[in-house]
Amino acid sequence: MLDFSDWAALWLTAKLATVTTLVLLVLGTPLAWWLARTRSFWKGPVSALVAMPLILPPTVLGFYLLLFMGPEGWLGRLTHALGWGHLPFTFAGLVVASVIYSLPFVVQPIQNAFEAIGSGPLEAAATLRASPLDAFFTVAIPQAKPGFITAAVLGFAHTIGEFGVVLMIGGNIPNATQVVSVRIYAHVEALEYTQAHGLAGGLVLFSFLVLLVMHWAQKRRDGA
Amino acid sequence: MNDRIHIACRLIRRDFSLEVDLTWPDRGVMALFGPSGSGKSTLLRILAGLERPPAGVVRMRKEVWQDEARGIFCPPHRRPIGYVFQDAALFSHLNVQENLIYGLKRVPEALRRVPLDRAIELLGIGGLLERRVVTLSGGERQRVAIARALAVSPELLLMDEPLAALDAARKREILPFLERLHRELVMPVVYVSHSPDEVARLADHLVVLEAGRVVAEGPLQTTLARLDTPVRLGEESGVVLETVIGARDAAWHLCRADFPGGSLWIRDHGVQIGTPARVRILARDVSLALDPQTRTSIQNALSGVVSGLAGDRHPANSLVRVMVGDTPFVARITRRSAAYLELTPGKPVWLQVKSVALIE
Repeated sequence: MLDFSDWAALWLTAKLATVTTLVLLVLGTPLAWWLARTRSFWKGPVSALVAMPLILPPTVLGFYLLLFMGPEGWLGRLTHALGWGHLPFTFAGLVVASVIYSLPFVVQPIQNAFEAIGSGPLEAAATLRASPLDAFFTVAIPQAKPGFITAAVLGFAHTIGEFGVVLMIGGNIPNATQVVSVRIYAHVEALEYTQAHGLAGGLVLFSFLVLLVMHWAQKRRDGA
Repeated sequence: MNDRIHIACRLIRRDFSLEVDLTWPDRGVMALFGPSGSGKSTLLRILAGLERPPAGVVRMRKEVWQDEARGIFCPPHRRPIGYVFQDAALFSHLNVQENLIYGLKRVPEALRRVPLDRAIELLGIGGLLERRVVTLSGGERQRVAIARALAVSPELLLMDEPLAALDAARKREILPFLERLHRELVMPVVYVSHSPDEVARLADHLVVLEAGRVVAEGPLQTTLARLDTPVRLGEESGVVLETVIGARDAAWHLCRADFPGGSLWIRDHGVQIGTPARVRILARDVSLALDPQTRTSIQNALSGVVSGLAGDRHPANSLVRVMVGDTPFVARITRRSAAYLELTPGKPVWLQVKSVALIE
């Protein structure tokens, strides 16, 4: 039922979601930490920026990213000057776009988990000779583990469901930017409903399984 | 200077201000006593470095931990302290054993003076080591928290109402451990409490805080006997005596507690002769007479001299301080009685002590 290009699209999608999730965990953790702990004026504006992809139509996000990353955009000039070429219509470009698109889905669960810890355990760590960085790695991160799991699952799943942004900045290039959602669109355009069913049905099942696993994980944590 | 702990700070917040300048000996238990909101916990947090007042000096013996005028501030993780939080603050992602060694393994080996086994034995938590923190009772949690703080071999142990969150039964479970700590460890302790009973049992030096100010301060025995700035213990006003068990009367199950200037017969709890014992005598359990009473059930009668009178919270009452030798007692009697007996400083009186509690 699935042809070679379908499998290639699935593989590319999984790769994109994995890379994006890893990048987001690395970038999102310090950001979430700062948001959870700061009393700065900038907390409000930064929170709003992080949450924007929740509200903006993906096409709007994709459109501006296309401009930023294109030859005339500042990011485009920067990547060009660094010898990396231009990002639009490349896998790297998709990663950058996905990171921004899925940012709130990763930052917010981690931020909530950090906030739930409160200052008590960290103060206890300080009185037990742990420096702030030490306490961050040995107390804050382990205690926020459920938040990290939620963040990773949501970030991964949300990136898989990405369509509008990909279409704007990635186009439909097999093995580089042709992810599952775009491939389904192409199948439907060509009236290849059987192939579309194969991929679309798979995504429906995948989403259901993700939510089910999250529910079970939540239940186990609450029960513990 | 080298055997003192010193804190001076000014902290002004919208609904709260704290202004203290305190120096106390670097041995024994200093109790910070006062009602909630009086600034006790804040003061403790400043000692630990968890709170940083803009104008503050904290000195532990020769070491300066904070001196804002000179730009010195030592962060909490570099201070040789142990801290016991009111809610224990155990790490929920670690089991008991892992909680205990969290601080220990961050202390250089040369500075480890309290072996972990000793801390575990002192607090009686040997059977809990593999347990998860969430499965512990409130009392067990607090004992683990105290052992965890001891395991870093602190030079100063700070305890923030470690019993406040516990019910009476759990308190009785932990108090003996605290008393043992007090007896067997030489490290100085700052103990925050609003319980007169805990203070009477554990303290050597007493600081009374009210609304961010020190209202009374000094060695426990003399501070409790002060009448001018009465320590607001209410019904629990009274004195604490350091005695030595001098004799036993096996037939009546009594033992004699000797103190400079006299002695008291108390219930025999099986304490060895020659051991020190701290006893507490509440002001309401002491009555006064001008002549020795003979046909009375009260066995403990002492002769003393009135050294001061003061009003009490209720206008009907007055507090009378009587010196028995060098030992002060406080009696609560009615003002009418005081007038009837014509009590004035210097007048000899007989004290009748109705009840003595052995507290250590």
